[in-house]
Amino acid sequence: MSTREYMLGNVAIARGIVEGGGKVISGYPGTPSSEIVDTLSAMKERDFYVEWSVNEKVAMEVAAGAAMTGVRSVVTMKHVGLNVAADPLMTLAYMGVKGGMIIIVADDPACHSSQNEQDTRKYSEFSLMPCLDPSTPQEAKDMIPYAFELSEKFEIPVIFRPTTRISHGKSEIELGAITDHKAEAKFEKDTSRWVMVPANAVIRHPHLLGIQEGIMEELENSPWNELTINENSKIGVIASGLASVYAKEAMENLGLEASFLKIGAYPVPEGLIKKMYEQCDTVLVIEELEPIVEDRCKVIAKDIESPVKILGKTGGYVPRISELNTDKCTKAIGDAFGIEVDVPEIAEPELELPPRPPALCAGCSHRATYHAMLKVFGKRAVFPSDIGCYTLGVQNGTVDTTLCMGGSITVASGIYDAGEKQPICCSIGDSTFFHTGINGLLNAVYNKSNITITILDNRITAMTGHQPNPGMGLTSTGEPTKEIDMELLCRGLGAEFVETVDPYDVKATEEVFKRAKDFEGPAVVITRQACVIHARRAGVRRIPFQVDTEKCIGCRMCVNLGCPAIEFDKETKKAHINAMCTGCGLCSATCKFDAIVEVQK
Amino acid sequence: MSSKASEFDLVISGVGGQGTILASDIIGRSAVLEGKGVRAAETHGMAQRGGSVVNHVRIGCELGSMIPLKGADCLLALEPVEALRYIEFLADDGVIIMNTESVYPVTVTTGKAPYPSVDSIVEKLKETHRVIAFNATEMAAKAGSRQAMNVVLVGAVSNFLPVKTETLLERVKEMVPPKTIDTNVKAFETGRSMVE
Ligand code: SF4
Ligand code: SF4
Repeated sequence: MSTREYMLGNVAIARGIVEGGGKVISGYPGTPSSEIVDTLSAMKERDFYVEWSVNEKVAMEVAAGAAMTGVRSVVTMKHVGLNVAADPLMTLAYMGVKGGMIIIVADDPACHSSQNEQDTRKYSEFSLMPCLDPSTPQEAKDMIPYAFELSEKFEIPVIFRPTTRISHGKSEIELGAITDHKAEAKFEKDTSRWVMVPANAVIRHPHLLGIQEGIMEELENSPWNELTINENSKIGVIASGLASVYAKEAMENLGLEASFLKIGAYPVPEGLIKKMYEQCDTVLVIEELEPIVEDRCKVIAKDIESPVKILGKTGGYVPRISELNTDKCTKAIGDAFGIEVDVPEIAEPELELPPRPPALCAGCSHRATYHAMLKVFGKRAVFPSDIGCYTLGVQNGTVDTTLCMGGSITVASGIYDAGEKQPICCSIGDSTFFHTGINGLLNAVYNKSNITITILDNRITAMTGHQPNPGMGLTSTGEPTKEIDMELLCRGLGAEFVETVDPYDVKATEEVFKRAKDFEGPAVVITRQACVIHARRAGVRRIPFQVDTEKCIGCRMCVNLGCPAIEFDKETKKAHINAMCTGCGLCSATCKFDAIVEVQK
Repeated sequence: MSSKASEFDLVISGVGGQGTILASDIIGRSAVLEGKGVRAAETHGMAQRGGSVVNHVRIGCELGSMIPLKGADCLLALEPVEALRYIEFLADDGVIIMNTESVYPVTVTTGKAPYPSVDSIVEKLKETHRVIAFNATEMAAKAGSRQAMNVVLVGAVSNFLPVKTETLLERVKEMVPPKTIDTNVKAFETGRSMVE
């Protein structure tokens, strides 16, 4: 069967998992990786198990457990999520697996939706796990069945690293056959293998080093690396992963004659690199983010005493930050080989364009929570926060810090421990609280932090595309499950002040915050109201509001809430509510002149 | 002045939630059905909450999805300011198709930044490019739903794409919610008629 379908990179990767016979797939949502599990859990017919785990470490361990039994497993996350799972990762490399296991980690060069741009290939070097780096969505799909086989052959997990432009790129995908690989789960006891006490670990470490050569040979001859020697030229370009398609386009546009090596798998193909050195006197290495290939290239040249000159990030030809593109590659190639490039002249727009940052949706309950929080705690209070839609509250003045997932309660504790005199009120979402916030609350209780902890419980993981979490009573595939009682959980962690409030009820929310502020010790306020986007999809409709222009004096109090549904009409000098209004009522509660009223039918 | 690596390069810009992805999907899938290679890149995540978004669609392309600067044959803007924001991708002889209905960002509604007049934006763009500007949102409303604004613009751009109109229209019927097919077909046709 041969079919071509137009699909998103992440959907193609999900298809690769099905073609390769993945049996257990776990993950934690994070842009740009989330659609892989979303696609698998939405499939009607399934002969695999799929879950959203509570965090990446948990997800990694679930997939590892499955692979110990001999079945094929996959874990998905984004680059920063791998930091959370780094602990099991490093030891899993020693332990290895029986069934093929793929660790999918989506990188985000240019921080399209991330707090940093770390390069997962470094974890591959560090852990000694091989890594596949696709250059197109098609290759991404095709690499998955291969990765299962590679993993089984060497009994080690394989890291698979798409980037934003692969995960969120679309192209026509040639579908492949679905494997008939049917391993049954069977856990075989082998304490020397599965119990990493020191005596066993010291044996597995040399084993891990010992299989490296075999992995290198295998990958060197894989289809993911491609060398084209150009005998008419003394120069060469080496490009890896996605950078290889940009480099190819740049070379085509420049009409450049050069040898070209595309690298799609690590450890790098040393034999092919040496062959290139035989032909070339200068080689430019193009790769996104860290100079991983470049550094290896230099080591290889030194080892064989080749006189070849290696250019790349060193010398400043290729930037070490942000994502690459054809223009940057064209410039790098031009500079490195002294070719004149016409750089398109881009005139600065003379009109001043208003910035359009993302904002909380019209009617988002987080806005209401933050409004009450700011009113009770005051502008000078300290507001540590976390990662989710609610981070957008930075425009409301209630997000002072955002370090990492689950880092808000702990940072708040640290600020308190340091002796900060201002009140401290941190915020964290429901999914993030389940992710790694629980530990922070436990620590705050145990170590007596006098802080307020606000859990913005919108009943879903909204930012990454509305995935379920343990608070919803639904699994990834929509099956009903135990709904975790957030209040009981907090009390179980030792918190004595735990109150739940509806943030749309502005007065009640302020009252709860006042009590929490006065409470000695960690106080938990749960503000619970469903995400409006999700609620509307589920059919919830509220009566929208309008401005009574007779009563409006144009004080701008409502406009300053930053709700996309409220505009200020410069001509009439009055507020105006547009079609985006979802009827949350926050603006109505804010207006001191009772000028905002429900639309009368 | 399209790049050598692609037959037709299209940039679609707009505001999160306006339906840029559906617009690019209709075009991308149509091109694939006609046997062409397609590479597309889209904005997900953070920018979707009302932020500025840009999608690239490259028809007849086997390489990367990102269009080089001044490489696009056409810029399809679902919002006026978002036309100007991404103008650097458009080739000197490229054409701009834009919706004249503004969506104010919170920076404007809260008075932190001014919003240039739509006329001044159109004037500015006309200095350097061929501009086809009209209120697609109003036209969509007339066809039956403001939501169909993106399909009005797909109709307009269909005059330039190396893809058959019937193929595009079939995809529209296939990809919009069944109840809204008539509205969307009307929206597509009104949009198409905006270009002589
Ligand atoms: S998606 Fe939901 S939680 Fe996120 S900003 Fe919109 S309403 Fe708020
Ligand atoms: S808060 Fe009330 S009076 Fe002030 S601008 Fe808004 S509607 Fe008008």
